[in-house]
This record gives sequence, C-alpha cells and structure tokens, in this order.
Amino acid sequence: MRQFDRHQGLVAPMDRANVDTDLIIPKQFLKSIKRTGFGPNLFDELRYLDEGYPGQDVANRPLNPDFVLNQSRYQGASVLLARRNFGCGSSREHAPWALEDFGFRVIIAPSFADIFYNNAFKNGLLLITFDEATVDRLFQEAEAEEGYRLDVDLESQQVITPHGETLTFEVDSFRKQCLLEGLDDIGLTLKDGDAIADFEQRHRQARPWLFRQAG
Amino acid sequence: MAGQTLYDKLWSRHLVKERDDGTALIYIDRHLLHEVTSPQAFEGLRLAGRKPWRLDTNLATPDHNVPTTLKERAEGNAGIVDPVSRIQVETLDDNCTSFGIEEFRINDARQGIVHVVGPEQGATQPGMTVVCGDSHTATHGAFGALAHGIGTSEVEHVLATQCLIQHKMKNLQVRVEGELGLGVTAKDIVLAVIGKIGTAGGTGYAIEFAGSAIRELSMEGRMTICNMAIEAGARVGLVAVDDTTIEYLRRRPFAPSEKYLDAAVADWRELVSDADAAFDKVVELDAAAIEPQVTWGTSPEMVAGVGAQVPDPAAAGDETVQQGVSRALEYMGLQVGQQITDIQLDKVFIGSCTNSRIEDLREASRVAKGRKVADTIQLAMVVPGSGLVKRQAEEEGLDKIFLEAGFEWREPGCSMCLAMNADKLGTGEHCASTSNRNFEGRQGYGGRTHLVSPAMAAAAAIAGHFVDVRDFGAGRAANDDSQVQEA
Repeated sequence: MRQFDRHQGLVAPMDRANVDTDLIIPKQFLKSIKRTGFGPNLFDELRYLDEGYPGQDVANRPLNPDFVLNQSRYQGASVLLARRNFGCGSSREHAPWALEDFGFRVIIAPSFADIFYNNAFKNGLLLITFDEATVDRLFQEAEAEEGYRLDVDLESQQVITPHGETLTFEVDSFRKQCLLEGLDDIGLTLKDGDAIADFEQRHRQARPWLFRQAG
Repeated sequence: MAGQTLYDKLWSRHLVKERDDGTALIYIDRHLLHEVTSPQAFEGLRLAGRKPWRLDTNLATPDHNVPTTLKERAEGNAGIVDPVSRIQVETLDDNCTSFGIEEFRINDARQGIVHVVGPEQGATQPGMTVVCGDSHTATHGAFGALAHGIGTSEVEHVLATQCLIQHKMKNLQVRVEGELGLGVTAKDIVLAVIGKIGTAGGTGYAIEFAGSAIRELSMEGRMTICNMAIEAGARVGLVAVDDTTIEYLRRRPFAPSEKYLDAAVADWRELVSDADAAFDKVVELDAAAIEPQVTWGTSPEMVAGVGAQVPDPAAAGDETVQQGVSRALEYMGLQVGQQITDIQLDKVFIGSCTNSRIEDLREASRVAKGRKVADTIQLAMVVPGSGLVKRQAEEEGLDKIFLEAGFEWREPGCSMCLAMNADKLGTGEHCASTSNRNFEGRQGYGGRTHLVSPAMAAAAAIAGHFVDVRDFGAGRAANDDSQVQEA
C-alpha cells in the first residue's frame, strides 16, 4: 500500500451531501478486472456532459463547465472537501481506486459511510472527519481564496490552514500505522496465523456443522 | 452485568484476537463471491504467492453482469454480447477453477443473485459470519448471522487469512410493533425505517430489527429488511433466530446434516438478544401506521407514503438537505406538491437481491393476475433471483400470470437493479423498481428510479402510474396464501 505521512495540496470543495459510490464511479466501469485506470472516469456523470463507457478516450468528451473539478482553479487538486455521508452506497473499492488514481490523497468531510471509509484507508487515502461547522468554514475559505491549500500531517494528526490555523483530527491507531508505514495488512494478519489456526480448531470442535467436510 | 445483544454474541463467538491497537481479528465462516469485486483479489493472491486459507467456506456465482434474455443465456458465457462483461464472468470461472472454489456457473440451475443463492442453499446459517464483496450482504443477517459487505482488499484478506480486521460496532435496535395493514409489506417497513432515521442514521451501528411485526414476517420478508440496512447506513442488519428461521433451513443442501442438526438447532436458539441487553440506541415504529412507500428522490431516505405529495425543499431541514432535495426534484423531473400517484411510469422492474424471491413474485403475481400492463409502459420485467426461484415460480404458474399480463419473464441475475448488463433505463425514464437504490444514474444514465414493494410495482405496471395497492385489493404478503384476497 502507498505510504502516507505528510501531504500539502490544493483543495477542491464538492458542495453536495450523500455523494454515493455510483456517483463516484458509475457501474459500467466496474467491469474492469484491474485496480488501476479509473481516474479518468471519477465522477463521470458529473464531469462530462455525455454518457461514458469503458475503454473510451475521454480526451474528446464534452466537459461539464459547472463541475468543480473542471474549473481551472482546482486543477491539480489533491485534497477533496466534501459534505456529510460521503461514499454511501455500495462496497465497490473502485470508488477509492478512482479517487486515488485521479490524484486525491486526502478527503475531509463531516461524516463518511462505513464501508467506503474502510476501503479508502486500504488504498493509501487519508479520510479526515471534522464537525459540520469546521467543514463549513473550510468550504468558505476554499471557495473564497484561489489556490487554497491545506497541509496535512498524519503523525501529529493535524491539518494546517494557509492562515496558520491548526485543526486536530482523530484517526484510529491501526489505520494510522498502516498508512504511515504503507503496511500490507494481510502480511500483518498472517503473523497471527497460529492464533487463527487455534481458534479454527476450537470453532470446529464446538460447531462442526460449520465445516462442510465434517457433515 | 447487562445481557448481550445478538450482535455482541455473534462478535464474541468469532473473536480470534483483540489487538493492542483496538482492532480485533474476526473469523469468517462463509465467504460469497461474484465476478465484479473478486478479480483484483485473486490477482493479489497470485502476485503475493498466497493460497486461500480454507476452501470450503467459499461459494461463488456470477450475477451482476449476466444477461437475462433466454437468447443470450442459451449460449452460456459465449452468449454475453458485451465483451467486457464476458471477460469478467470468464475470469470468475477461471479463478474458481484454478483456486478450487465451488461455483454455480452461468447456466447452472442454482446460479443467481449471490444474496438469494446463499440462503436458498442453506449456505447462510444462524451464528455464522458471512461476508461478500457487496454491500447488500447485510441480507444474510435475517438468519441471525453476522453478515456485511466488504471491499476487494478485504475479499483478498478473507481468502488469505479467513479473518477480517474489525472494530466493534454499536448496537441499534429498530422495533416495529403491531400489525401491518393489508397490502403493506416488508419493503414498506424498511423504506419507512430509512425515511425515519435517514441514510446515515445507522452509520457505525449493527441494526437489530425486532418487534412483533418483524416476528410475523417470513424469511423472505426478513431478508428484504436486512438487505436494506446499508441504505440506512448500517453495514449489518440482524433478526433473531426463531422457529421461522429454523424451519426455513431444514433440508437445504448446505444445511447441517442429520448427524449435527439437533446440536445446531440448540446452538441457534441462543441467537437472540438477552432480555436485559443494552442497546446504544432504540428506534420504534408503529406497523399499523406504515403506508405503502414510494421514493420520489435520489436517495432512499427521500421516501413517502403513496398518498403523499412531492415535498417542498424549503420544508426539508438545513441548507445542505434543502439543496439535496432541490437537486433531486430537478433530476427526477418532479414538481413540488405533485401527487405521488400522478407520477407516470415508463418501465417496471421486479427483481434484485431485495425482492426477487418466491414470496416477492407471488405477491406481484397476485396483483398482475387477470390484468394487463398499461399501454404506456414500454417494458415491465420480472427477473427471478435464482434459477431455483425461477423453476419454483414456473411450477406454481406465476410465469404464465406475468406473461399473460404483458410482463417479460427473464433469466436470473442482478439485472436492472444496477444495469451492468443490457437491462437499463434510458435518460428521463421513470421506473417503478423493487430494488434498493435510487441514486442518480443507478439504473441507467439519466434514469429515474422509484423504489417500491413488488405489489406496488405490479400495480404501477397495470395502472401506468403509482396507485395505492390497497385499492387493488392486494393481499397481505404472508406465508399463508389463504389470507390473500383475490382482486
């Protein structure tokens, strides 16, 4: 997994609540059997004025000039500012793959959907939750000031605004450690292989019907 | 000490290890796979040189991409016209073959939507942990199993380690007490719950659905409710085990053998929340007050009783919510104050992991029987959840009822719930759909989805617009057909 320690980046404000995973990456792009290449179709239905399909060259598609990521001042944005319940809907990991592939490293919102939250951290994205009032203020600043950047430091769990304001965020220690070190969590779990095997043996004795060959 | 909730019990039973960082390793008993969220996980295993930890927990079937017309299905994978879809289904077959995982392939009679297939086979059992790379895995919680959707990284993690790294959720009890009105179904209950608590109301919680109205439901009805826990923000939906659960499981292919059945049943009986269990939050609904529900917007929480009007954004809460409602009305092409029953429809879809089981098809067929789909409806389709549901429906003559009424009778799959195959809405088209998500573009680019029960969808197909199914004399969905009033 891609490592994350500190990131400073341009902020793009996406002023819309309940952004669902269908909106982040529409279903026709889920037919890919790869993990990469989803960036050009991130927010496809908002970004383009026509209907997208897999394998298409997006260079000639008509862009929606009203969509935030198409505005010149937000080109190169790597911090997405979003509203409540971001990432609701399906479990498709293609959603964080698309966000990461597009170039986002950090998403800030008042709340995230559970499965999306989990998937994002497994792909090197840092999701930060602030209260609604703080997010509102960041929206106002990012919209008012062109070139608005945030400095995000995972180790100290701080976001520093261009005005020098420091905002502290919470993140659980396991996810933090995985991001800081870019850890492969399967490898970590397999270090507990003996504990898993012991559990499995007790589980089989207590409930043999859960093991088909026993039946 | 306070008693344990059902969720607490399921958690303790599968706890391998609590780690210093506050996470826990949880053992997984059943892993269901389909073609969309598994290819990258298998590739990950290969790249790392890892093997599945335990083969017999895995069961796979293609569902999201499969075509539903007999013409395409007749040729198996080769008949899938879209080459990208075909490759994905073939990749599942190849992966299952090379890793030794049991799969019900495209034209196996047991193939179907993974959340219909698991319970139907008895592969979902009380007390199990069940995961799948699909958010509607919550469905299996209807059996008193701890079931939730996972991403592809976690699919790979489960294949490699038989475990997941988890944080314990909080407990939310949704109590639905009293008796449902005639023609009001499990789908209406869950839509009413989502309308009440919102699409983020259950975030961070495992929801246990309880109360007399839930106890009265069949397993199909309970699955419909748990299926949509995720639309209330909760990864997990649960219903306690009772006689209905145990009867459903008897003699299913993957169910415990005779040798273990008594022990298993005794074990399953423990899977209820203790009387003194503490929930972090409790929400109550009066079953008798629930009307047939229709969503009017682009989020499942944008829902109202069929007798209501399209709401005014100005009355919808804070500024963020108001903006959401305004945007939804514009996308849906609806006017403030318009009667829900005045919404004209173009297509009707009866199917999906929410509502494609035999009881759902019976419920819709009772409304369709002896009637005709309105001329203004371009397409009304019924897509059974599995090959076995389809076979049973045909044995009961339901296919003939639908066909005579003007519905299409299709082959099993996810179909127009998410439109990954050829079944989709055109731009601007309104659809009465028994599926679970009404997001923008969900059923096709620019398509407009209204979520309803199977009976409401069938009635809408006949009328050409939404109608109160209770005016159609529709029977109450129940196990006992004798309760049903014919129209």
